[in-house]
Amino acid sequence: MTPTDRARRAETRVAWLFVAPLVVILLAVAIWPLGRTVFFAFTDAYLDNPGSYDFVGFANFVTVWEDATFWRAVRNTLVFTVVSVGIETMLGLAIALLLHRAFLGRGLVRAAILIPWAMPMVVSTRIWDWMLNDQFGLINKVLVELGIIAKGIAWTADPSLLLGVVIFIDVWVTTPFMVLLILAGLQLIPEDLYEAAEVSGVPQWKRFWSITLPLVAPAIGVAMLFRTLDALRMFDLSYVLAANNANTMTMSIYARDQLIGFQDLGVGSAASTWVFLIIGLIAIVIVGLLRLDRPHH
Amino acid sequence: MASVTLKNVSKSFGVYDIIRNVDLEIADGEFVVFVGPSGCGKSTLLRLIAGLVPVSDGAVLIGGDEVTDVPASKRGISFVFQSYALYPHMNVSRNISFALETARIGKAEIMRRVEAVASMLKIGHLLERKPRQLSGGQRQRVAIGRALVADPEVFLFDEPLSNLDADLRTEMRFEIAKLHAEVKATMIYVTHDQTEAMTLADRIVVLNHGKVEQVGTPRQLYDRPATRFVAGFLGSPKMNFAPTLLTDGRLAGPGGFSYAPHLATGTTVSEIGLRPEALALSAQPGSDTIESIFERAEDLGHEYLCYVRIGEGLIWTVRGSGALPAFLPGQTVHVGWRADSLYLFDRDGQRLDHRPADRVAEEVA
Ligand SMILES: Nc1ncnc2c1ncn2[C@@H]1O[C@H](COP(=O)(O)OP(=O)(O)O)[C@@H](O)[C@H]1O
Ligand SMILES: [Mg+2]
Repeated sequence: MTPTDRARRAETRVAWLFVAPLVVILLAVAIWPLGRTVFFAFTDAYLDNPGSYDFVGFANFVTVWEDATFWRAVRNTLVFTVVSVGIETMLGLAIALLLHRAFLGRGLVRAAILIPWAMPMVVSTRIWDWMLNDQFGLINKVLVELGIIAKGIAWTADPSLLLGVVIFIDVWVTTPFMVLLILAGLQLIPEDLYEAAEVSGVPQWKRFWSITLPLVAPAIGVAMLFRTLDALRMFDLSYVLAANNANTMTMSIYARDQLIGFQDLGVGSAASTWVFLIIGLIAIVIVGLLRLDRPHH
Repeated sequence: MASVTLKNVSKSFGVYDIIRNVDLEIADGEFVVFVGPSGCGKSTLLRLIAGLVPVSDGAVLIGGDEVTDVPASKRGISFVFQSYALYPHMNVSRNISFALETARIGKAEIMRRVEAVASMLKIGHLLERKPRQLSGGQRQRVAIGRALVADPEVFLFDEPLSNLDADLRTEMRFEIAKLHAEVKATMIYVTHDQTEAMTLADRIVVLNHGKVEQVGTPRQLYDRPATRFVAGFLGSPKMNFAPTLLTDGRLAGPGGFSYAPHLATGTTVSEIGLRPEALALSAQPGSDTIESIFERAEDLGHEYLCYVRIGEGLIWTVRGSGALPAFLPGQTVHVGWRADSLYLFDRDGQRLDHRPADRVAEEVA
C-alpha cells in the first residue's frame, strides 16, 4: 500500500465519521418508517390493532391498482402538478426578471412578495375559500359589480371548477418561492456579459434567449424539481378546500383515506408505497433530465 | 479609422463626481493609455467613451461625429473587459461570432471571419472549447478575438492583462502592441500598471481623482512630469522625495541637502525629487552630496537596488548596474546625483523649473 493510498483511506474514514450522525438520523426518521410502511403493505393489519396480522402477499397492491378512485387521484395529482408547476415557472421567471432590474423600493417589493409563501397553507386556503364563496365572496362581488357575470359563481362547489381553484391557490402561494430561486440564479449572471452583448449590438430578445435563459436554466431546473416533488405529495390544500372530493383528491389524500378513513393499515400502506414509487420514479427521471447529479463547472 | 475627442466630459454617480471636466484629443490610429491609481476613474472614462454609461455633462466625438447620445453598439467601438466577459455556455467559435449572428451576412461569411481572427490570434485549435477549458491567456485571446471580429474603428481595453501572471502579461503586452501595428485602429487602453503604460503608449493620459493630470508621450511624462503625482506614479522603483525649505534663495533638506535654485520670485518649494537611477553612492562626501545611513542592498543580477535612510522615516532607493557596492548596514554613505536630474515641486505639487537651461529644454519639448 502506497502512502497516498493510506492517506486516501484515512480521508474516507474521516468522511464516514462525519456523515455517520446523519445516516443514523436518516435511518431513524426516514428509512425505518418507510420500511414499516412497506412491511405492513404485505399484511392484512388494521389500524386499531396493528399487532395482529397475516401476510397476504401482493393482494393489497392489487387492490389499490384495481381501484378506479386511486387512478382518479393519480390523474388529479399529475394534472395539478404539471399545470401548477408550469404556471408557477412562467410567472416566477417573469416576476424575477422584473425584480432583477434596479428600481426604487425593490428591496421592499422583494420582501413583500414572500408574504403569500410565508403563510401556512391552511390559512391561505381558508382565505381564498372565503374570497371565492358564491354568496359572500369578494371575488364574485367584484365580478358582479363590474357586470362581468350576472350572479355569483360557486367556484368551490362546482366540480368542474374545483381543480382549477386548487391550482390557482397553489400558484398564489408558491410563485414567490419560484421567484426567489430564479432571482438568485439571475443574480449569478455577471453584468459584463450583457455589456459585452450591448457593445456588439446583440438585440435585447437575443440577449434573453441566448444569454439569460441558458445561464438561468440550472436555477429554473432546480426550482422546478423542488416544486414538482412538493406538488406530487400535495395534501393540505385539497383537503382543506374539499376534503376527499373526487375532483381534487390527490394520491396522498387517497392513501390517508384508506389508512385513517377505512382503518385499513394494509391497503393504506400499499397505497403509500405506490405513491412513494411513483414520486421516486418521477424524481429520478427529472434528475436525469437536468443532469443534476453531474457537476456543472 | 477614427479619432476620439472628449469635450469637457464629466460624470457623477449621485453626489460623487467621478470624472471632472476632461478634455482630450486622440488622433486616428493612436495608442493612448489611461493610467492612474485604482479608483481614479479610468474605467468610468473608458465606459463613457464606449457609451456603456451616459455622460453627466460634456460631449464625446468619434471620427468627428458627436456620439454623446448614440448607443454603444452604433459607435464603431469594441470593448475588451477586465474579466474577459466570455459567454460561459458558448464555445470559443460562438463567443467570437455571437454578435454576427444577427448581422445577416450568412454562415459561411461568419465562419470565414471567425477563422481569420482565430488564426491571427493563434486560437484556431481552441474553437470548439468552452471558456472554462481555457487558460487565462487563451481566454484573453478569445476576448480580443471577439473585439477584433467586429472590425471596429476604436478598440477600448479595460485592464485586459491584470488577471494574468507576470510572464504572460509581458507576452500579451507584446501581442497587443503587434495587433495595433497590424490593424492600425485607434486604441484606448486602461491600466493601473505604469510599465504597461510606458511600454505600450504613443501617448499616456495620467488620471488622478477623475481629472487629467498630464498628457504626453511616455518620454515627456518621465522626463518632465508636470506634477509630483505624475513624477511619483511613472517609474519603477518610484522617484525619491524629501521635504525642503527655501530660505534666502537657498534650499535646505535632510542629510545636509543644500542647493541654490534659479526660481521666479515669490515661488515656494516644498519637495525635492530624484529618480533612483540618477543617484550614486560613495563612501566619501562630494561637493553636492547628502549624508545617509546604508540600510540594505538587493542584487537583481542585471542591476541592484540599495536602500538608504536620509532622515527620520525617509528611505531612498538607489539603482545602479554592475557590481554591488560593498557597504555594510548601518554604515554612513553619501548620496550624489547628476546635476540635471533634480526635480523641485511647489506646495501644490507642481514641478518647478529651477535651472537656466530649463527654459531651453521647455522649448525643445
Ligand atoms: N456605477 C457606479 N455607481 C457608483 N459609483 C461608481 C460606479 N462605477 C464606478 N463608481 C465609482 O467611481 C470611482 C471610479 O471607479 P472606476 O472608474 O472603476 O476606477 P478605476 O477603473 O480607475 O479603478 C470609484 O470610486 C467607484 O466606486
Ligand atoms: Mg477599473
